[in-house]
Amino acid sequence: MTVMRPVPSSGASGLDVAAVRRDFPILARPVHGKRLVYLDSAASAQKPRQVIEAERHVYEAEYANIHRGVYALSEAATAAYEGAREKVRAFLNAAEAREIVLVRGATEAINLVAQSYGRAFLKAGDEVLITEIEHHANIVPWQMLREDRGIVLKVAPVNDAGDLDLDAFARLIGPRTRLVAVAHVANALGTILPVEEITKLAKARGCTVLIDGCQAVPHQAVDVRALGCDFYVFSGHKLYAPTGIGALYGRAELLEKMPPWQGGGDMIRSVTFEKTEYNELPWKFEAGTPHIAGAIGLGAAIDYVHGLGYDAITAHDAELTEYAVGALSKLPKVRVIGTPRRRLGVVSFVIEGAHPHDIGMILDRDAVCVRAGHHCAQPTMDRFCVPATVRASFGVYNGRDDVDALIAALRNVEKVLQL
Amino acid sequence: MSELRDLYQEMILDHGKRPRNFGPLPEANRHADGHNPLCGDKVTVAVVLKDGKVADVRFTGQGCAISMASASLMTEAIKGKTEAELRAMFQKFHTGLTGADDAQAASVLAGLDKLAVFGGVRDYPVRVKCATLPWHTLIAALDRAAQPAKTE
Repeated sequence: MTVMRPVPSSGASGLDVAAVRRDFPILARPVHGKRLVYLDSAASAQKPRQVIEAERHVYEAEYANIHRGVYALSEAATAAYEGAREKVRAFLNAAEAREIVLVRGATEAINLVAQSYGRAFLKAGDEVLITEIEHHANIVPWQMLREDRGIVLKVAPVNDAGDLDLDAFARLIGPRTRLVAVAHVANALGTILPVEEITKLAKARGCTVLIDGCQAVPHQAVDVRALGCDFYVFSGHKLYAPTGIGALYGRAELLEKMPPWQGGGDMIRSVTFEKTEYNELPWKFEAGTPHIAGAIGLGAAIDYVHGLGYDAITAHDAELTEYAVGALSKLPKVRVIGTPRRRLGVVSFVIEGAHPHDIGMILDRDAVCVRAGHHCAQPTMDRFCVPATVRASFGVYNGRDDVDALIAALRNVEKVLQL
Repeated sequence: MSELRDLYQEMILDHGKRPRNFGPLPEANRHADGHNPLCGDKVTVAVVLKDGKVADVRFTGQGCAISMASASLMTEAIKGKTEAELRAMFQKFHTGLTGADDAQAASVLAGLDKLAVFGGVRDYPVRVKCATLPWHTLIAALDRAAQPAKTE
């Protein structure tokens, strides 16, 4: 029996959820006359006042184009934008700010690597190894490269629990494997992949390693140098930052060798009709005017999560995920998809006799927002033989009361659909 | 809750759980696949068209309660109908779910017998595609479309 709590529990983590909620203006907005229970942060997180105000401040006080103007305002905007890059560098513990390319998001970052690194260094017959539980953004760019360059895409299997079969993974690394590209945390199941072991195995065999950190960075600190990976990508909007901004970390040595992938302003040093000389890192990869305010908003989001502290965030998100898995598992008709050894921030489930689309809509009437569908991970759905799932995912503003509200709303689903 | 009952009426739940005319139809001379990429609903409609009339129709697929119930009730509604009749029926069904004028939509739907049960879908624009997917697929089958039918 679940107990409804009027006050969000901070659990054992030390995160003051009630205080965090006051930072997120949207959470004060009722939906269908009820308290908003936002359980879709894995799709996109809500934004704290600190981020909203940082973005507003740009436009109200220090906006101009960057890297161009000789006037004070442009210098201020440039300093703020480059300051945000430095925050991303520190956030990932990269060695140098020039190893941070600001992009639209993780999707663009992976496409950049596939198009630039892939087309320059991968030949027909070379292999790219991914896992069975990747987001489409870490599948399709490699398929496009396969069409374009004749590379071979290999897929490492997961077991029924949703954990990567590390032995099978190791066996799939062959003499032609050039690049290993894996999620840090799987978006549909919440599985934490053993990226340390994966990186070690792959680097020992001379492979380049890319990690998709979209679902990891909202919940845990990341140190790219400790990991030893070559590329690490994430999207800002899942980290409480604005949409349209994200980052690609790449080891400077690799980025130096890679050709630009988009041409235009800002990525050049000099242009004549005969010859163009490209800019240095990281601007070589930032053609056109970037999302200046978004980048500064991302810097504010990084400050925000650091203010809460990753020790508290990780403990809170892990505790809440475990609580949700426990509560869902007690409902007789609910089947949680995957039982990975380590899971973070996400739980996917199905209900016998009910389609996720119907469930998601009925939950919405109780102001409970979840994702219902394939989560841009259709191969994951195929692997677990479900057409779609309902996914609840957590952010720093969620408490046990949100999980309890989900459980209560699921009982209503059973009534409405007469299960 | 009461609004949800308007959408998930008994007849829809019944047809959603126990769809009629469900299964393959090997002797079909018209068939098409339909797919709603938003939610993953998939439906295949197979028709035996004989002397310009629907002699038999069956469907297979998987999807939400609304799409499955709509496919089931559609197969019941169109048996024995001429091609022209069922195309007109779809036009009315579509108007009934999406027409701008509530009163007109209600009166059009009322003329569709059991299909009027989908009236509640009007209040949920994202679900209209669930209800119309089987019909789009049927029309694609009649047009002998080579491509899967889409709702958008």
